Amino acid sequence: MSEAMWALRRICSERDGRLGLAFTTIILVFALVGPLVSPDPNVLDIKARFAAPGIAHLFGTDNLGRDLFARTSAGTRYALTLAVTIVVISSIIGSLIGIVAGIAGGWVDRAVTAVFDIVNAFPPLILAFALIALYGKGSATFVLLVTVVFIPQFGRMARARARTLRNLSFIEAERMLAVHPATIVVRHYLPNVAGPIIVLASMNLPVVIAFEASLSFLGFGVQPPKSSLGTLIKDGFVSINQSWWPTVTAALVLAVATLGATLLGEALRRVIDPKSAGTR
Amino acid sequence: MTRTQRTAAFIATRLGSMALTIVGATLLLFLMVRLVPGDFASVMLGPRATPELRAQIVHDMGLDRSFVEQLWLFVSRAATGNFGEDVVSHRPILDLVLEVIPNTLALAFSALALALLVGIPIGVIAALKPGSWLDSGLALLSISFITTPTLVVSVVLFLIFAIGLHWLPVAGAGNPGDIVDRLQHLVLPSVALALGWIGYISRLVRAALLDTLAELHVRTLRAYGVSEYRIVGLFALKLALVPVVSILGIGLGDLIGSSVVVEIIFARTGIGSLIFNSIAQRNYPVVQACVVFIVAFYILANLVVDMVNALLDPRVAAGRG
Repeated sequence: MSEAMWALRRICSERDGRLGLAFTTIILVFALVGPLVSPDPNVLDIKARFAAPGIAHLFGTDNLGRDLFARTSAGTRYALTLAVTIVVISSIIGSLIGIVAGIAGGWVDRAVTAVFDIVNAFPPLILAFALIALYGKGSATFVLLVTVVFIPQFGRMARARARTLRNLSFIEAERMLAVHPATIVVRHYLPNVAGPIIVLASMNLPVVIAFEASLSFLGFGVQPPKSSLGTLIKDGFVSINQSWWPTVTAALVLAVATLGATLLGEALRRVIDPKSAGTR
Repeated sequence: MTRTQRTAAFIATRLGSMALTIVGATLLLFLMVRLVPGDFASVMLGPRATPELRAQIVHDMGLDRSFVEQLWLFVSRAATGNFGEDVVSHRPILDLVLEVIPNTLALAFSALALALLVGIPIGVIAALKPGSWLDSGLALLSISFITTPTLVVSVVLFLIFAIGLHWLPVAGAGNPGDIVDRLQHLVLPSVALALGWIGYISRLVRAALLDTLAELHVRTLRAYGVSEYRIVGLFALKLALVPVVSILGIGLGDLIGSSVVVEIIFARTGIGSLIFNSIAQRNYPVVQACVVFIVAFYILANLVVDMVNALLDPRVAAGRG
């Protein structure tokens, strides 16, 4: 706990960290308070179509008279949930694969690295496109497929880390003492790999948020009746000649969310991994 | 080994691994398509399915042959650029792809050029006065550019210039013969695509320039009384651009990937919108062909970048870079 406080103080000690924390907090609060402040995001009020922002509807209404504050809040909540789920799953799977490859070495390592290289040969959005085109839409499929796209990054990082660890003398000593490999992994590899992986995960969070929004905008991500920031931008874009509010609010929330997450992620990296902070 | 030999060996290794990656990627693509649950021809044709069309697909894609034969058919065809005939337009798929590729390349390269032209000066200005308010302001600006999704930039530019100002055309790629018209149509999409890379390149240039300026040979130059501007312009900037060159390959791949969003919003024809429309029509052979092209281009761009880097900086070929 005291470590978390220390990290928080370090993050707050510089402008970018403070900004990141502030933006992220605003987005989180916005995503969470929607249901308390505004009516149901799916209630139709046809008479109030394309209402401008006001007391009754803080962000105005969309083409069906649905309250945009509630919808944008729900969309943000869903988009964040998806992004966090994707990052968490791909970082865990990637780390495990990477650690196994790094420890095993030999042909296992070469095969895993080759697969990572091949997956990385596809521009991420294009790979996600191809996968979604072939295996269909839907939230669970979507999470699974986007996870596949992001696994190699985590895998490479964990592998590189595991390979350095493997040759360190304290780990060699434990091997000599016949400590069970699983124990070594849990006791030494996981804690040592965790730092850089957490940093990479936090750096990837805004990337995944933007990624999800782009895919959902194109109709390959979140499907109705669910909505995310991407689908909100798209819905607004379709009726942009009548009202530009819906698109701009969702786009703005998206931009603030990615900026906040990036600034916070970079601040976190400077705290956890000061050595790599200079390079990018 | 001499430097030339080392560079040649490096390039040979890279060529080999590039060939392997392309083969691997093609294999992966093949497996991805074959692992689709259900009868592929029916899945692909969906509501269009007639017995004749089904038979044509089964025959064209060799679905009635063994797995190994299918694989060989796919790889050998992909290698010669023969992707078969499109069942929707009855034209060779290769023609469809070649028709739209120049548009996407024009977009990607103009975005890249824009990113370099704007990004490098911003990075240099920031590095000349590190820690100043100008530097920290530019840093925040750069990071906002990087993080703002292309989707948001495109939508906002579209709004401002289409709904608001009517300054620039917002839809399509312009009339084929009219170069001015085409350039005008290129402005907004390239800006939308370039913005993130402007931020990225400026940060990269700033960091690399600061590293270079801290080196001993620069201190020597300063001791000789060479002006700061000459140091940056004549010596340091060249070295600082090495990391920029090495990310250009990734940059091109990323730009082509993001071009899908931009092409859809600005209603441009291109490989992105071709993929998009083909997915909507479940026209998988076309999707597949597009992906093969994009991956090959991406890998090729990375290779070219590696070679340029090996020539610029001998440490890269020696494995010490």
